[in-house]
Amino acid sequence: MGRVADGMMAKLRARFQPSRLELIDESARHAGHAGARPDGESHFHLIIVAEAFRGLGRVARQRLVHTCLAEDLAGPVHALSMETRAPEEAY
Amino acid sequence: MRQPNNPVHDRISQEVGDAPVVLFMKGTPVFPQCGFSAAVVQVLSALGVRFKGVDVLSDPSLREGIKSFSDWPTIPQLYVKGEFVGGCDIVREMYQTGELADLLKTHGIETQAA
Repeated sequence: MGRVADGMMAKLRARFQPSRLELIDESARHAGHAGARPDGESHFHLIIVAEAFRGLGRVARQRLVHTCLAEDLAGPVHALSMETRAPEEAY
Repeated sequence: MRQPNNPVHDRISQEVGDAPVVLFMKGTPVFPQCGFSAAVVQVLSALGVRFKGVDVLSDPSLREGIKSFSDWPTIPQLYVKGEFVGGCDIVREMYQTGELADLLKTHGIETQAA
């Protein structure tokens, strides 16, 4: 994992204490696209399972993650797709 | 958040009120310039729903303004009857579960699902 991803993982762990956390760097799949950077770490996919999402709709869940990673999204991260689940919805 | 007296927000309010289904995207429905925008166009096409595409790449103030308007940092963004529905992940999930078709039906928006 690169520096950007490590930072994102640390923030997500601290904020959500997730029971599952995976951050996949998909930058290579977007090489040459708008927003892609030569050193990667621009496009990520996140899988996160945490209590904080229980009872929230999809928009509210993603907003929690956006808030947690606001600096990264305003900076090097061009795209972040995500699966946000409460523990009982995990698969 | 929507700010009063913000001319870009006023313009966006007008755009989202202009058609029942509005997609803020990169590129146009015929020539999307981003895979995530293309994915949402594909979902809407699969549902056979008419929508208006707004190309944020045509105007930098629009590209920034839409993010503060909806408090959502990424594009594409889908609006139904003036309400923000979500970005690419949410639209795809709601399509797969049937929720998107239900939402459109609730608002009396015609679909021609195959």
